[in-house]
Amino acid sequence: MSSVCSALRHSLLPCLLVLLAGTWASAWALTPEDALATAEGGTTDRLATLSRLASEGSERGAELIRAMAAERVVVQSGRVLLLSESDPSSATDAVTGEPVPLTGSEDTPIMNNRMRGALQTLLASLDLLSPDVARQREAALRLRSSQFSSPDAAQLPLIEATLAPDNAGRLDPTARTALEEARAVIQLGSEDAALRVRSAELLAGATQTIVRSLLARQLEAETDPTVQAALEDALATLDRSLRISQLLGEMFTGVSLGSILLLAALGLAITYGLMGVINMAHGELIMIGAYATYLVQLQFRQHFPGLFDWYLLAALPVAFMASALVGAVMERTVIRYLYGRPLETLLATWGLSLVLMQSVRSLFGAQNVGVENPSWMSGGIVVMGNLTLPWNRILIIAFAVAVLLLVALLISRTRLGLFVRGVTQNRPIAACMGVNTARVDTYAFALGSGIAGLAGVALSQVGNVGPDLGQSYIVDSFMVVVLGGVGQLAGTVYAALGLGILNKFLEGWVGAVLAKIAVLVFIIIFIQKRPQGIFALKGRAA
Amino acid sequence: MNTTALPTPVATDLLPQKGPLLTRKGWSGVFVALILLGVMAPVLNLLLPAGHPLHLSDYWVGLLGKIMCYAICALAMDLIWGYTGILSLGHGLFFALGGYVMGMYLMRQIGTDGVYKSELPDFMVFLAWKELPWHWALSHSFVATLLLVVLVPGLVAFVFGYFAFRSRIKGVYFSIITQALTFAAMLLFFRNETGFGGNNGFTDFKRILGMPLATQEMRMALFVLTGLVLVGFYLWARWLVGSKFGRVLQAIRDAETRVMFCGYNPLPYKLTIWVVSAVMCGVAGALYVPQVGIINPGEMSPANSIEIAIWAAVGGRASLIGPIVGAFLVNLAKSVLTVTFPEFWLYFLGGLFIVVTLFMPQGVVGVVRSWRASGWKMPWSRRPATDTEARP
Repeated sequence: MSSVCSALRHSLLPCLLVLLAGTWASAWALTPEDALATAEGGTTDRLATLSRLASEGSERGAELIRAMAAERVVVQSGRVLLLSESDPSSATDAVTGEPVPLTGSEDTPIMNNRMRGALQTLLASLDLLSPDVARQREAALRLRSSQFSSPDAAQLPLIEATLAPDNAGRLDPTARTALEEARAVIQLGSEDAALRVRSAELLAGATQTIVRSLLARQLEAETDPTVQAALEDALATLDRSLRISQLLGEMFTGVSLGSILLLAALGLAITYGLMGVINMAHGELIMIGAYATYLVQLQFRQHFPGLFDWYLLAALPVAFMASALVGAVMERTVIRYLYGRPLETLLATWGLSLVLMQSVRSLFGAQNVGVENPSWMSGGIVVMGNLTLPWNRILIIAFAVAVLLLVALLISRTRLGLFVRGVTQNRPIAACMGVNTARVDTYAFALGSGIAGLAGVALSQVGNVGPDLGQSYIVDSFMVVVLGGVGQLAGTVYAALGLGILNKFLEGWVGAVLAKIAVLVFIIIFIQKRPQGIFALKGRAA
Repeated sequence: MNTTALPTPVATDLLPQKGPLLTRKGWSGVFVALILLGVMAPVLNLLLPAGHPLHLSDYWVGLLGKIMCYAICALAMDLIWGYTGILSLGHGLFFALGGYVMGMYLMRQIGTDGVYKSELPDFMVFLAWKELPWHWALSHSFVATLLLVVLVPGLVAFVFGYFAFRSRIKGVYFSIITQALTFAAMLLFFRNETGFGGNNGFTDFKRILGMPLATQEMRMALFVLTGLVLVGFYLWARWLVGSKFGRVLQAIRDAETRVMFCGYNPLPYKLTIWVVSAVMCGVAGALYVPQVGIINPGEMSPANSIEIAIWAAVGGRASLIGPIVGAFLVNLAKSVLTVTFPEFWLYFLGGLFIVVTLFMPQGVVGVVRSWRASGWKMPWSRRPATDTEARP
């Protein structure tokens, strides 16, 4: 069957596509005669009518071709009907679009392999010149990736026809570039040396790893010296841009990981960095934030499905309050009695983390729960050929920056921040000045916990939400705080970004697990060199 | 048996008299323990028929053997935490290292009886490896294995401890760094390329020293051996703590700066007890693996290490019998609760962490001592209740 198809493409396509390209401008409506001519008669005549319909660009004609390709067309006493895609027992008139009751005496048009092959090509060309830009791009990108993986000269006429000057106004620039690259890949194997040179030059701009191997393979087989030179140039250019895009990609994922670490560690920077409380349950506070997001999402789905995309905004205050409340209760009931005994605090909060984890397991089950991204977070920005920056990562970076600024303002500019700093620096004097130090402790701890809840909202958008969520971040976030130095936010920021980027670069080099180990070893060695700088404690734990 | 060898808080002489290792009561306790271990347990398990009311079932032999390994870990934790004030959250690593060394030997003992009938361990055949990696070179020899059980955890602890103590990493930071260490090691051992069986670790052991492992007699032998090692380590720890070395350790715990001003360099003291503690854990791991029949990287998870600390805390730090009691109490509770109320276990454990730190800083032993100090007599106690030496 495939050989039949490819033979068909070679013989039939050029004429179809010339027709298609030439007559695009005039858009006729579909006539009943044309519709019938596509369904009855000889295969050649039917195909000729179909391709004319495709070239006319009428919406009804396109609909008919799609239905024909999906074998959803029936003929009822000279009228062509399209069966509904979802419900094959209802039908509409192909020409008018009105619903028509089925009588059961309809004929089904004959389908053969030649028809099927030609219809597939027609479908592709319909999509490539479709008025819908998204569909155009998708078709072009699909065509390009299939050409990149195995160049097929049979597709060349289709591409050429779509790229014809007449279609200039109808073709989206992204789709055009993709098609040009697809054409270049095919022409890389052409007889004409000039074409090969041009292809090599064009492909140098396509920042894709797969193109590199195509060019390299061609270079091995190439005999013509000018083409060889062009190919070498193209390879060099390509290598350079690939390296840059890889570097940018690693930087971005590094910054993105850093921003996640920053969010996870910011709360810790307050509870541990400022207050000197070792909170091993910090990860579980993050988890509570993520579960709060999940609950808000459930409520929105149930009560306000129309506003579902905005549930994250509602989740932010809810997650903050939930974690802050749990944190305040923890401080009031347990941590308060352990100030100045860091090792005991560590053990007690570890116990709290076990209890919190098990409570979540009892309430929500041990399985991960599904948190959906709002639609505005999907997709991304294409920066270079193979480098796409996903929106959710970009938004998390922005969110981390926003939370950081808020925390910095809160600590440096507000009354609560002043009290927190005062109590941290000198508790008795602060108390003498009339500061209710016990209450400030609770507020500060609740604030740090609430920020952990905000981190949970962000993490729910990029990872799994399950009872073990917190466990995977606790070691990392403590590393960030320890590395960044206790008692300051700036250190936390540098450490989080530094660790994130370092981790991602090592990951590209030695793999994820070894990278993580290397980072841990690095931290252990680093604190050998700068112990005082890092452990300059200002909190009460010293 | 747990009181007199502890140093009195105020030294009146320049060189205070060193007390005996154990009191008479202490020694009799040790002998009772030895008789229970060496005579009673084998008789009750091997000679009495299964239906007899005093019969010690194989399940209990396995469970108690396992708990005695944990008790060794708790004892090791007590030396470093209770007596030196350094909380390690990475002792699971040393336990697992000892276990892995023993596991490698046991894997080699399987010989060609594995699923693939190959000289190589099954997982290597599975990974299409052709020969043993370099670190397996000595795994065929039992003597070398015994040496490595001590050397590997000892060396790792020495290197890590040297760097950590040299830069005066203390308190919580040290705890967190040790946690990171065991976490990193866990990640490393999870990899197949490391050559330790990856996720699954080692299991399906067949024999030890050429003798089959899954017999009642072998289980009993390992049980008795573990018990003897536990008693031996207890006496050794007792001796260490009572010596001048032990007093310096406790001085470091209470006021490290003052110790330095007195002209001591804390580094060799801390490093020695750190290595001793790690080696104890390694030995415990080596005894654990043949009894339990499996070792995998899960043993290195930070949660396991922190559990060792809670055994010591529940029993009572700064007493040597406390951690052993704690390990038995917590693990017996665990084996009961995880069977009857599996969901309840983590609540219990978590609650234990909180209750012990908030209300029982001296653990069970501390509670018993304060009862006795307040005039409440143990039924078997012949001594007067005003025992001032009972303070930690």
